[in-house]
Amino acid sequence: MTPEEIKQAANIVECKPRLLNDNTMHYCPGCSHGVVHKLVAEVIEEMGAEHIAIAIAPVGCAVMAYNYIDIDWIEAAHGRAPAIATAAKRLNPSRLVFTYQGDGDLAAIGTAETIHAANRGENIAIIFINNGIYGMTGGQMAPTTLEGQVTSTTPYGRRVELNGYPLRITDILAGLDGTCYVTRQSVHTAPAVRKAKKAIRKAFENSMTGLGTSVVEIVSTCSSGWKLSPAKANVWMVEHMFEKYPIGDLKDTTVSKA
Amino acid sequence: MEDEVRLMKGNEAVAHAAIRYGVDGYFGYPITPQSEILETLEELMPWETTGMVVLQAESEIAAINMVYGGAATGKACMTSSSSPGISLKQEGISYIAAGKLPALIINCMRGGPGLGTIQPSQADYFQATKGGGHGDYHLIVLAPASVQEMADFVGLGFDLAFKYRTPVMMLADGIVGQMMEKVVLPPQRPRRTDEEIALQCPWAVTGRPASRKPNIMTTLELDPVAMERNNIRLQETYRLIEANETRCEEHCTEDCEYLIVAFGSVARICQKAMEEAREEGIKVGILRPITLWPFPSEEIKRLSKKVKAILVVELNAGQMIEDVRLSLEDRVPVHHYGRMGGIVMDPSDVLGALKNIIEE
Repeated sequence: MTPEEIKQAANIVECKPRLLNDNTMHYCPGCSHGVVHKLVAEVIEEMGAEHIAIAIAPVGCAVMAYNYIDIDWIEAAHGRAPAIATAAKRLNPSRLVFTYQGDGDLAAIGTAETIHAANRGENIAIIFINNGIYGMTGGQMAPTTLEGQVTSTTPYGRRVELNGYPLRITDILAGLDGTCYVTRQSVHTAPAVRKAKKAIRKAFENSMTGLGTSVVEIVSTCSSGWKLSPAKANVWMVEHMFEKYPIGDLKDTTVSKA
Repeated sequence: MEDEVRLMKGNEAVAHAAIRYGVDGYFGYPITPQSEILETLEELMPWETTGMVVLQAESEIAAINMVYGGAATGKACMTSSSSPGISLKQEGISYIAAGKLPALIINCMRGGPGLGTIQPSQADYFQATKGGGHGDYHLIVLAPASVQEMADFVGLGFDLAFKYRTPVMMLADGIVGQMMEKVVLPPQRPRRTDEEIALQCPWAVTGRPASRKPNIMTTLELDPVAMERNNIRLQETYRLIEANETRCEEHCTEDCEYLIVAFGSVARICQKAMEEAREEGIKVGILRPITLWPFPSEEIKRLSKKVKAILVVELNAGQMIEDVRLSLEDRVPVHHYGRMGGIVMDPSDVLGALKNIIEE
């Protein structure tokens, strides 16, 4: 078959979401960001929400997320996305407001903003990419880096007596009265991608129904930072990350409150 | 209609003026000597009248980023703090300047450095007028000398912020913030509607209608050619502001032989010193910069041609004096008198400093 024959409508089983544009992504092969970007674009498109969506981009690998998803974006200072989302939502309550943040942004420099936005029960959704490492700056230790994990600033592995313990910040957020839905997902298999998409959709819908803050952590791969091939990074994530960051819902009050 | 005259603190006047101007959002964090702004807003409950959002943030850092987020959606947003808190806000202020976002930041200055004191000071002049945060940027800096000006500069500040798409700082101090005076409050204006904001701020991040491309508020530009272009655009705006928005006030400068340059509350103290000097036959005039950036260099230059010496009086070790000297290119002797650490000079101190210059 020629490429033209393959591209016929009858052969198309799945399309790239309309809101995901044709810009070449800067993400490394095997990185989870591309899949999560696609899910965010798909959910907004399916909700018909692009005219009300206000997204807040972080500092980190997703700093240029606005180059790929054709909605309105505000690019935040490092860690401050939840504060920015707080004001965007309070001043524009009819809007779907969400942040897209990595572990360094959300759980290190932005810990105060994250916890207090969630504790106030801001009606925002937080998409939290946890790959256990600072990807953008070259693979330094993150608060979520596993014990013993080698990074460029822990060349002999993370030592708890020096660097403390891997931070399960999502568990902390689940314990706050302001959050309504806190879940931990991944995107390494087709079933996982489908579940992650449902979680993102639920979080976005919660932003519009005023039940409080929703947090969707995506345990992710960083094949470049971990210095593994994309396939091996998926295996390493399942074998090591999932033990510390188990997949599943941590909290869901939306059913009883609704 | 008769003016509504009220007696209140400068900080309280800011809160009233903000509601009446139709401000959309105030985000603050307690710090002496400016906490009355947040307290008064919470007491007045404007969310029930104009719909204004008032929020006590978890930190000054969060508060300034809330201003950044709100301003990015086209809303009129403000924050206030005092010196140590303003230092914390500098990163966010740099982002707001880089994003060409309108916003009002109030610094009710106290003595420093460090945690310093809660007493008044003017030691943040450099920080306010030279940028403050990282990168080449300026704020329009308004220096109120009365409770009336603290109220008036809320409206003026937002008008300038939206006209030039730039953050504006009201550089007050613990004296004007805390003292009570008569004030005429502005009339109540409605907040802008979403339609009005869309017209005034086509760049606003509000959700993307099918009719336009995405609005993206970012301060990141990795292409150095494009980043230099962004900087040039900012500088062009600053030249425009310098040409159109320099403000100052003169007292008794027609016949003066000595000129005092002072801003904010210190200009009020110097006015008393000037009156006492004139009773003794010393012809003194005052120039009070109202905008500290842009600085009234031309006006000072003009007056310098007829005076024997200039005395710059400040509540710091000598900061505005540098801008006075730059204005004059050292053609006239320029002296400084200042107190620091929260100590405020008396009119007699200023008169004494003036007499020392005359005797030299």
